[in-house]
Amino acid sequence: MSATVLLYDERETTLPGVEASGDALWLSASELEQATGWKLQSEGLCRGDACVGVDPAWRDGEDRIDVTAFARHMDQPITRDDNIWAFGESVSARHDALFSLEAPDFTLPDIDGVMHSLSDYRGKKVFLHSWGSY
Amino acid sequence: MWQAVYAELKDQGFEMVAVAFDTAGKAAVEAKIRAADIAERPVVLARLMGWSEDLWARQAPPTYPCLIDQGHEVAERYGMRNVPQAVWIDEHGRLVRPVESAGTYDMVPHMDRETFEVPEEAAAHGLEVRNAYIDALRDWVRHGADSRYVLPADEIRQRMSGPRPDDVLAANHVRLGRYLYTQGELARAKQHFNEAVRLCPASWNYRRQSMMLDADRVGELNGGEDFFAAFDANRQYPYYPEADLGLAEA
Repeated sequence: MSATVLLYDERETTLPGVEASGDALWLSASELEQATGWKLQSEGLCRGDACVGVDPAWRDGEDRIDVTAFARHMDQPITRDDNIWAFGESVSARHDALFSLEAPDFTLPDIDGVMHSLSDYRGKKVFLHSWGSY
Repeated sequence: MWQAVYAELKDQGFEMVAVAFDTAGKAAVEAKIRAADIAERPVVLARLMGWSEDLWARQAPPTYPCLIDQGHEVAERYGMRNVPQAVWIDEHGRLVRPVESAGTYDMVPHMDRETFEVPEEAAAHGLEVRNAYIDALRDWVRHGADSRYVLPADEIRQRMSGPRPDDVLAANHVRLGRYLYTQGELARAKQHFNEAVRLCPASWNYRRQSMMLDADRVGELNGGEDFFAAFDANRQYPYYPEADLGLAEA
């Protein structure tokens, strides 16, 4: 059976039975919410405190949303390899987050698989440093 | 080596968090984090990285959190373009310095490409850069907001470069490449890493990572011909721009 994989920020979702139609990717409201966190409500598409009005061009008669059109509206980069689609953050979202000087938060595993968030260390001075084996 | 600095400062309201940008994950980083061979590490590495004899002698396996970032997501969020780079974050979660080289001096132009030995003069400069950076870190831990190394917000912003459209697109290719890598699709993964390097040539993380995805190279420090060829061909993209520790304006 065909399936589409969506990589949306740090979310990874496999959607069985979903296929692209040309450059568009139509998702039901529940698939969209599962894959992206954006929920279809009367005000539009909402996530956290943010709501975005829905352009009729992104929505069909069955309340399906073309996630590619929505992402283009949000200035998100879209990269596709066959049935795998990646959606990143917009330049302005990344820029504003960093230049606010609030340290961007993240959650990652350590070597034993235990998850840590940067914000766990609030209240201490944190020296955040990167390295790589290469 | 950072462990020695951590041991010294950890009881002063200080935490150290390391993030490894390594798409192969645990397989790439485990040996270095567990560091069973720590006493056997060649001293030439200390000279290359500017670690003093004192800090080198006190090295131990890390007890601070060592996180694994297979998708280089922290690199994207913070605009980190090589490793090691660092940033200082205060008790309120605010940056007090820009993202910058963590006391690293670019030794590649000076080193012997067979033995990795560096001439005395370069080694002395590397040591000076490293010591100055660690002294600055100690000063911040001690004096907090009053440290002369804490920079005004405008100065921090001025020193950081914001993302360009091609940078977020490159990060998106890495997102896809990382997924394909974890699915065992190495050749397809590499295409996306190579595209990320093309879109964001200033990123040495992407370039260095893209060369080390094959199973027989995972976890190794690349001292191969391909590394030096890439280094020589991309001199316009600073490898380890030196952190500017000059005093903030009063």
